[in-house]
Amino acid sequence: MKAFRRLLLLVVTCIALLVVGLLGWFFFGGGHQPTSPAMSKVAAATLRDPALIARGGYLVTVGDCAGCHTAQGGAGFAGGRLLATPFGNIPVPNISPDRETGLGNWSFEDFWQALHVGKGRHGELLYPAFSYTSYTKVTHDDALAMFAYLQSLPPVHQPATALALGFPYSVRNSLAAWRALYFKEGVFQPDQGQTAQWNRGAYLVQGLGHCNECHAARDSLGGTPQDEHLTGGQIPQQNWYAPDLSTQSNGGLQGWNEQDIVDLLKTGQSAKGVAFGPMADVVVQSTQHMTDADLHAVASYLHSLPARPPPVEEKSPFNTSARVEQGEQVYTQRCADCHGKDGNGIAGIYPPLNGNSSVTEPTGINAIRAVLLGGFAPATSANPRPYSMPPFAQKLSDSDVAAVVSYIRRAWTNKAPIVQERDVSTYRQTPID
Amino acid sequence: MNTNVRLRLAKPFGTVLLLVASLLFGSSHATDAPTVPDTLQQRIVACTGCHGVHGEGTPGSGFFPRLAGKPAGYLVRQMQDFQSGLRKYAPMEYTVRQLSPAYMQEIAEYFSAQQVPYSRSPLPRVPAATMQRGEQLVNKGDPDRKIPACVSCHGTQLTGVEPSTPGLIGLPYDYISSQLGSWRTHTRATVAPYCMSIVANQLSVSDITAVSAWLASRELPADTRPLPAGSVKQPPSCGIPAAVGSGA
Repeated sequence: MKAFRRLLLLVVTCIALLVVGLLGWFFFGGGHQPTSPAMSKVAAATLRDPALIARGGYLVTVGDCAGCHTAQGGAGFAGGRLLATPFGNIPVPNISPDRETGLGNWSFEDFWQALHVGKGRHGELLYPAFSYTSYTKVTHDDALAMFAYLQSLPPVHQPATALALGFPYSVRNSLAAWRALYFKEGVFQPDQGQTAQWNRGAYLVQGLGHCNECHAARDSLGGTPQDEHLTGGQIPQQNWYAPDLSTQSNGGLQGWNEQDIVDLLKTGQSAKGVAFGPMADVVVQSTQHMTDADLHAVASYLHSLPARPPPVEEKSPFNTSARVEQGEQVYTQRCADCHGKDGNGIAGIYPPLNGNSSVTEPTGINAIRAVLLGGFAPATSANPRPYSMPPFAQKLSDSDVAAVVSYIRRAWTNKAPIVQERDVSTYRQTPID
Repeated sequence: MNTNVRLRLAKPFGTVLLLVASLLFGSSHATDAPTVPDTLQQRIVACTGCHGVHGEGTPGSGFFPRLAGKPAGYLVRQMQDFQSGLRKYAPMEYTVRQLSPAYMQEIAEYFSAQQVPYSRSPLPRVPAATMQRGEQLVNKGDPDRKIPACVSCHGTQLTGVEPSTPGLIGLPYDYISSQLGSWRTHTRATVAPYCMSIVANQLSVSDITAVSAWLASRELPADTRPLPAGSVKQPPSCGIPAAVGSGA
């Protein structure tokens, strides 16, 4: 009976998706005609305004466009990177102003259509790996500045590689259904009840900064439900956990003050934690270059995120205490010299593990991978010669890594569930990028 | 009067008590809030965890290469190649991913300046004929197969050449053979002139064993420093006899 009901639900869902998809194709399929730069309402001279270009450069940095649109070792903004998703690989396009392979023939109208509406030059629905779910909030003026900056870059001739998505994701119009579920078009609307600083922060976090694209859980269709705002989530394929960003009780940043947030974004580390994995890239390429005013605005907004419900503590079916004891021994030998017996680290040098959401996040992935990979805090202008942690992948067995991670997840004030050896062996194999 | 004396005595007594207490409990206190030396060595434990505090490598493991005494230009080039993905090795790509050019230069100079004794890493059992083949390839090359001698670029004593040709001495067999393999499979590459990629592709699988075994077994020369820049004229076309390719 239960199985039958599940089957029925599946069939109904499939039909519903198909209907929405067909409607989407009917209403949105094709339609938009590309606008040539000559036909654009924006004069060519406007796009050459140095002040506008400079402002656009800053915004493109804040949005970290280069983070995706530049391949490892590749020319800036020339695309070529393959973005791995659970649905297949999506090649990141060239956004340098090359006429054949980039945005050289695009008008501002085309750019706005992509950024704000999530549609390509010919009206095709764009895959939301391009985070237009967030960028739709970017204002028209800011988008114009960004476009002017991108058009001022040296053109790089680099054709895109083919889309590598499986059926049905390869059918672009199936995105009409996805958009109906997860996409709400519209520029950011300031909240009059809040300060200008708060509104600036909300605009940056929700819009250009697209923080929610990583810092919220994605469901089986790859969308982030509307009510899940910055509540933390596992980044698909990359296998890192982007923590919850609330500073209130049970939040991932519980106890962080505004300066801690500013410090992390500006220098790569704060008294409460250090940026690593994908966030280290974001700090180096994007947030360290933000103005202090913008960083404080971001911090002020994050500080207003609500408290979270307390985590439900599940009783582990495994023998927790034996593993934790084994872990304490490993910790004393390998970790305590830097992170301290009390798990409080050394301010500004080694991050505390006590109360650190990278240690206690739900999956344990971050702590496991940090132990295996070690690595440097990001090198930034404010912290050009960062301290580092040795990798333990070649020194500790899966059992010892699982033990020490379990220990730090349960020691001091931490109360997260233990991790298993099989988790460690999984993340030993995870690719870096 | 009496109280005064007691007070006068109490002060030094208290100091002694504090001193004793700090001696007794000081060490455990230090573990709670460890002090960290502000040295480059302390900052780069991510490097030295595998390559050794002085970049001596870990000969026991047979893999992590020695960095001590290698030309700084070569070491910087490797970090840049890991960053750009020309050279593939996930742990290294992750480690150097966000280092600045200035920091990489400083780290390279640190390892380049280290002088620590070499130690031998485990050698596979190979037949004498293989060793002979290895010696021949290293010192004379194989003109018929268009393979130049290692010494023609890496220096007669194989100690490398400033600024960017690495020494081949004191490296583990596993490391050398895996690198030659990587050059062939394009998981190790670098910027022009790409000589090693061409040379490695001329080697047969048994040649790789031979060269790696002979290099790893070699006695160390008296002077292990890289030769000064310009002292070795790199032969044209990567030293490859006759025209095999442009080098690119």
